[in-house]
Amino acid sequence: MSVFLEISRLTVAFPKAPVPVLNEVELRVAKGEYVAVIGHSGCGKSTMLNVVAGLLPATLGGVLLEGREVSGPGPDRAVVFQNHSLLPWLTCYENIKLAVDQTLSKELTRRERHEWVMEQLALVRMTAAKDKRPHEISGGMKQRIGIARALSMRPKVLLLDEPFGALDALTRAHLQDQVMDIHARLGTTIMMITHDVDEAVLLSDRIVMLTNGPNATVGEILEVDLERPRDRLALAHDPRFVNARAAVLEFLHARHANPALAAA
Amino acid sequence: MNVSSKPVVVAPATITPVTPRALPQINQLAEIAKHVVPPLVVLAVFVAIWEFWGSQPGATLPAPSTVWAQSRDLIVDPFYDRGGLDKGLFWHLLASLQRVAMGFFLSATIGIGVGLLIGTSQFAMRGLDPIFQVLRTVPPLAWLPLSLAAFREAQPSAIFVIFITAVWPIIINTAVGVRNVPQDFRNVAAVIRLRGPAFFWKIVLPAAAPYIFTGLRIGIGLSWLAIIAAEMLIGGVGIGFFIWDAWNSSNLSDIIVALIYVGLVGYALDRVVAFAGNLATRGTQAN
Repeated sequence: MSVFLEISRLTVAFPKAPVPVLNEVELRVAKGEYVAVIGHSGCGKSTMLNVVAGLLPATLGGVLLEGREVSGPGPDRAVVFQNHSLLPWLTCYENIKLAVDQTLSKELTRRERHEWVMEQLALVRMTAAKDKRPHEISGGMKQRIGIARALSMRPKVLLLDEPFGALDALTRAHLQDQVMDIHARLGTTIMMITHDVDEAVLLSDRIVMLTNGPNATVGEILEVDLERPRDRLALAHDPRFVNARAAVLEFLHARHANPALAAA
Repeated sequence: MNVSSKPVVVAPATITPVTPRALPQINQLAEIAKHVVPPLVVLAVFVAIWEFWGSQPGATLPAPSTVWAQSRDLIVDPFYDRGGLDKGLFWHLLASLQRVAMGFFLSATIGIGVGLLIGTSQFAMRGLDPIFQVLRTVPPLAWLPLSLAAFREAQPSAIFVIFITAVWPIIINTAVGVRNVPQDFRNVAAVIRLRGPAFFWKIVLPAAAPYIFTGLRIGIGLSWLAIIAAEMLIGGVGIGFFIWDAWNSSNLSDIIVALIYVGLVGYALDRVVAFAGNLATRGTQAN
């Protein structure tokens, strides 16, 4: 496996906290791979994503992308935020356009940038709502624009921070299918933070399970050996899917039960 | 997991056709009446009570009918001009509004500028904030003697009083807006590498806009409060002095008419700024 994104001995400690949040996290991701990171809330999985995004500094260790150390945020590691983070004063089109103008102004002419934005809108099937403002569209649509905005930067790695956490189950399933479709078409390397076991098994090639924080680290990595494209209905009774699901559940609820819940 | 077990005999599902019911017609007139009737009723009751108390023997304030009888010219023709200070209310209000416009324009420009500075610079914030916190509690009229001494003329003094009254809420709200740009937006800007002036124009200013307009709305309200009081003292054409003049000539009816106009204009000013804010922030409120 050729290493594309490497997290090497990553330790993150916040000032004043006696114990680091993450301790010696090791992870190697291949190009085009879909990796899910799962763990109980408070285990530091979002912290890990923020370090990869460059929004948080590593205390020790670091992140390498194509052999170069990550320092600071950049469009090569585009983030889809949990709460979509669209700018409310811009339309859907303008939200994406801002990112494109900012990151691809050297590569593309004005005309090409406009077409590129329209292409991204079409990719997430939001062309019809391009002139709406974020408060005029539903949560699922906002998240689709968030995904389009991230993809529009032509990132090397797409970072998804619990992208479907705030959505209802039906919308979530719909968006998961869209992300699988986009991943199949573009072959983008994706790292996704989630706390949804089904989502992790359905979408990813590998599931990285974090132990409980603080001092969290990679407890186990599960290879999801299911061919793509994947169909959620067919997989529901597939023993490989069921076994993978059981393995993650076993890790989360038996061996590494949430200490906060266990104490209660 | 196997759900299918014994076959069960079920009657074929019957489909009840649903005839779509016509939506009840919304009566436009009734909708308008719902909003217009209650204030009219309350107003009528209020005027009736006022009329009753005002027409009691020994009443100190005129009843509505007396106001109408005594100040009919003022109500019916706000545009007359007989030279000097004997003008219709329109001209007095216009003079006051001109002062407010100048003072408010000054305080908006300077207030937003200083607010942006305080919001972005930690040093300016620490240096200026304590001074502002003290100065903003000084009542508007307390500035008047000082500004009269400094400018030696009524007009600039009045404008200065408006400026100094309205500027504080504008500064403070602008600074709060700039400091409260959500971390989410900062993260987005960081990922697309939006920095320096571009970050300021494309993220900070639009994110702070709702706060800035809140400051402007408070500011215009305070300006209108201050100008009436300031004009009472400085004289000349203006609604404030008109009221004072009417009091000196014991013309209570004129005062009541003027007060109603002052209220209406103040309300209109507030709505105008609110409307401008809605346009500028494109209907998106601070979230």
